[in-house]
Amino acid sequence: MIKLQLPVGETQIRRLQVGDEVLLNGIMVTGRDAAHSWMIEEKPDEVRELLKNTMIYHCGPIVRKSGGTWSFVAAGPTTSIREEPYQGDIIGEYQVRGVIGKGGMGPKTLAALKKYGAVYLHAVGGAAALLAQAVVKVHDVIKLEEFGVPEAMWVIEVKDFPAIVTMDAHGNSLHKNIREQSTKIASRLIGIE
Amino acid sequence: MGFTLDVEKFRDAVVELIRRTSTNLPEDVLAAMETAREGEKDGSPAKSVLGFMLKNAYTARENSTPICQDTGTNIYLITIPEGVSLRKVESAIVDATREATKKTYLRPNAVDPVTGKNTGDNTGTMAPFLHFDEWDEPAIRVQLALKGGGCENVSDQYKLPDSRLKAGRNLDGVYRCIIDAINTAQGLGCAPGVAGIGIGGDRASGMIIAKKQLFRKLTDTNPDPELATLEKHLFHDLNKLGIGPMGFGGNTTVLGVKIGTAHRLPASFFVSIAYMCWADRRRSMVFKENEVSYD
Repeated sequence: MIKLQLPVGETQIRRLQVGDEVLLNGIMVTGRDAAHSWMIEEKPDEVRELLKNTMIYHCGPIVRKSGGTWSFVAAGPTTSIREEPYQGDIIGEYQVRGVIGKGGMGPKTLAALKKYGAVYLHAVGGAAALLAQAVVKVHDVIKLEEFGVPEAMWVIEVKDFPAIVTMDAHGNSLHKNIREQSTKIASRLIGIE
Repeated sequence: MGFTLDVEKFRDAVVELIRRTSTNLPEDVLAAMETAREGEKDGSPAKSVLGFMLKNAYTARENSTPICQDTGTNIYLITIPEGVSLRKVESAIVDATREATKKTYLRPNAVDPVTGKNTGDNTGTMAPFLHFDEWDEPAIRVQLALKGGGCENVSDQYKLPDSRLKAGRNLDGVYRCIIDAINTAQGLGCAPGVAGIGIGGDRASGMIIAKKQLFRKLTDTNPDPELATLEKHLFHDLNKLGIGPMGFGGNTTVLGVKIGTAHRLPASFFVSIAYMCWADRRRSMVFKENEVSYD
């Protein structure tokens, strides 16, 4: 297990390899479909400082508000590939050091990880109850009214948030390897090699 | 054997059904995951991921919080006695859905496709999704499944014949489609999942048949021997693909394969695949005048 303190520098991120298990600590920001298209189309300055050297978590949480304070009730990762058209550019534009999600991403993001020094971290999909416990504090929320609860950008503090590096800054992708292997087996099973 | 619907009591019972479904994974699913975990290599990501999933499920049950934040499409199969008003049942379920969303058993998940606006309470056109049948019992049976978007997005429909897969209009053709669909899905539907299959029907009824299969217990046996054999065969072969939990590699790619059929048109042969994630949330209740039981 590698402990990563956010914000994190480029050198430390470039040391990570596919298969490394990490525990994240510090402040990161959630973002999914609406947030990603907003960041590309309007290039908002208000999120620059927040995103620099930290991670974007692909997550649309279930939240609770009591006594004026937000907390996360359930917060697993959502499918990342939907952000493929935007992610690489966002990593470059906002100096993001990584994204956390599920399912992995495509060649455009993989190239951006290498170019800018970032990683793709995979969290366990569906494990929302446990992952929400790693979110110790909600600091702020951006665009709540306009985007709605799942799509808003939640600024959260995490403690020992677990994830696995499945795409690194050296051009390696576990997802690509598994797909190639399983496709060979599938072709053999149905005799269309 | 009369039955009079007490709408308020029924609504409260549905809220409890939603809570149970969202927070408490069925025993047969937990057992299948425990068995899968045993079957993975010590020290492998597959084994640790399955362990994490199980720990999550037990934590959710203990704390009464959702297993997964994506509480998905709320699919209801409702069986009513003759004469009960469908409109009253529907409106009670809609009210229960609003209440369950307030209680954070459900995430606000109904978005207008034109305006992009989330209704905030999980209700809207075709939301929740209700399917009605009738029976002779003096009770209403409600079966509920919560199906997340990740696994819905990898669900698929094939049209036979399919020349790429060399798939003809027979069970061998069906086999080929399912191998292809699960391989295409990789870990994206939160593997290890359950494949609900509909053979035949039209594009809509075929998918309904596929989704209905997801209400079957993983331990049951298909009453049709030919389909029972195909289910076993597919279960065995799909788990050879090596996709593994979350697509990290491993021996467990699916937890179950369930197949149903519907009569087709002579011109059409659809194979519909409804992929359900490992967080296979389904529960049922039988609501009698003086008693509610949950499974």
